[in-house]
Amino acid sequence: MSTYDTSDIRKGLKVMMDGAPYTVVEFQFIKPGKGAAFTRTKFKNLLSGAVIERNIRSGEKLESANVETKTMQYLYKEADSFVFMDTSTYDQVQIPSETIGEDALLMPEQIVVEVLFFNERAVGVTLPNFIEQKILETEPGFRGDTATGVTKPAKISTGATIAVPLFINAGDTIKIDTRSGEYLERVGRA
Amino acid sequence: MKLPSRKAGLEARAEIRRAVRAWFEGQGFLEVDTPARVPSPGQEVHLQAIPAGEARYLITSPEYHMKRLVAAGLPRIVQICRCWRGGERGSHHEPEFTMIEWYRAGASLDEIACDCEALIAVAARAVGHWPAVDVPASRGRDGKPEKLAVRAPFERLTVREALSRFAGIALRGDESVDELRSLAVRAGCNLGTATTWDDIFFQVFLDRVEPHLGRERPTLVFDWPLPLAALARRKPDDPLTVERFELYAGGLELANAFGELCDPVEQRARFVAEAEQRRQQGRAVYPIDEKLLAALANMPPTCGVAMGFDRLVMLVTGADSIRDVVAFADDEV
Repeated sequence: MSTYDTSDIRKGLKVMMDGAPYTVVEFQFIKPGKGAAFTRTKFKNLLSGAVIERNIRSGEKLESANVETKTMQYLYKEADSFVFMDTSTYDQVQIPSETIGEDALLMPEQIVVEVLFFNERAVGVTLPNFIEQKILETEPGFRGDTATGVTKPAKISTGATIAVPLFINAGDTIKIDTRSGEYLERVGRA
Repeated sequence: MKLPSRKAGLEARAEIRRAVRAWFEGQGFLEVDTPARVPSPGQEVHLQAIPAGEARYLITSPEYHMKRLVAAGLPRIVQICRCWRGGERGSHHEPEFTMIEWYRAGASLDEIACDCEALIAVAARAVGHWPAVDVPASRGRDGKPEKLAVRAPFERLTVREALSRFAGIALRGDESVDELRSLAVRAGCNLGTATTWDDIFFQVFLDRVEPHLGRERPTLVFDWPLPLAALARRKPDDPLTVERFELYAGGLELANAFGELCDPVEQRARFVAEAEQRRQQGRAVYPIDEKLLAALANMPPTCGVAMGFDRLVMLVTGADSIRDVVAFADDEV
């Protein structure tokens, strides 16, 4: 376990606070009228995703967090967990469904993801920002209908239902933003 | 240097400087130039002066020499000059920056507050952003862009009112460090390893108070507690506070003003105490400015203020960063 001081603060620094691992998402040097220097820092809780702000006086120490991210490939689903393989060591790990949450609905087999480990335990999965998926089923499309804003539900093979424009057909391949779960564009036709 | 993105900032800066100078001239101020290299830079515990060779340091503010000019009989003086503060880097800080500092002998602190109101109006008009300026998302509440009305009168609060309203703390100003700590802890502040009065105070102030200041309109925060007196005189009717205000606007701390302490005995005692604090913290200790102390004895009652010129430009142009309004930032030199 090592410690950091305020001059080490940078985006992505992983620290322990109140027993939880946090990552720095934003920081700013501030100096209140005639006072000591502080670093106004926004931290994201790596377990809950909650963002907090702390003003850390220069001279204060921060404890490093035992977290690491590994690149892993999603192999298959079991009853209430998902099995991943470390792409460099070929080690397999099981991650409970509840850790992955709704992202599971956007996670095709073989996809390569970033898995976050805290104290050697997998605590979260980050999908690539974009995935491409085939439409399993949706109402038939209307040729030439490109009216913006009008959508219909479409089911993809990973289980998610995506709002897509009316011209999309079953069998089309679409690009999805995994952070918002939103349709971006059609990349292949049925 | 990224032109043309910075071109607009530099043009606005020049326009504002012209307007500011004209305003001071109209008010009967004499523009002066005092030395940038001095043997005794500010003693303030948290300022780091940059050595300039030959037993000189670059000024952290032109305060001492401007006061000597007031004492020598110049009642209304202004200076727009470079100042240097080591180690200060960030979107609102550059180690080399520009200050507008002015003094009015015989004036009250409220007259200086009115100067600040007038000056911000002058600067905002100079760039056509009147009566409201843009506050970018980086400085706005909850990370959202907003507008700030800069028409006078600004909001006026005392430190006590601000602490009571935003942190639920009733402050007298003579609390011991332990008392202050328990007030802060009860208010829910995380004090870390802070052990000094001012470190605890500013943790509370930054956590709970400062985010609310200068939001609907600029805020002048008056009557600072005695332990944060710096070079300000005590209020005759409230000896636990000093005549000092800080000006906040749109997420920027813009200016600091004092009813200037003219008592050389009390000033010497404060310099000695600050030097001792610096020594304890392993910081450079500067010689006490004896010429300033000698001059204070002859100084008429005076109020003075230092306003960050770069931040004034940021405020009225809606800039995110001080880098947007200077020709070259420190890491571009």
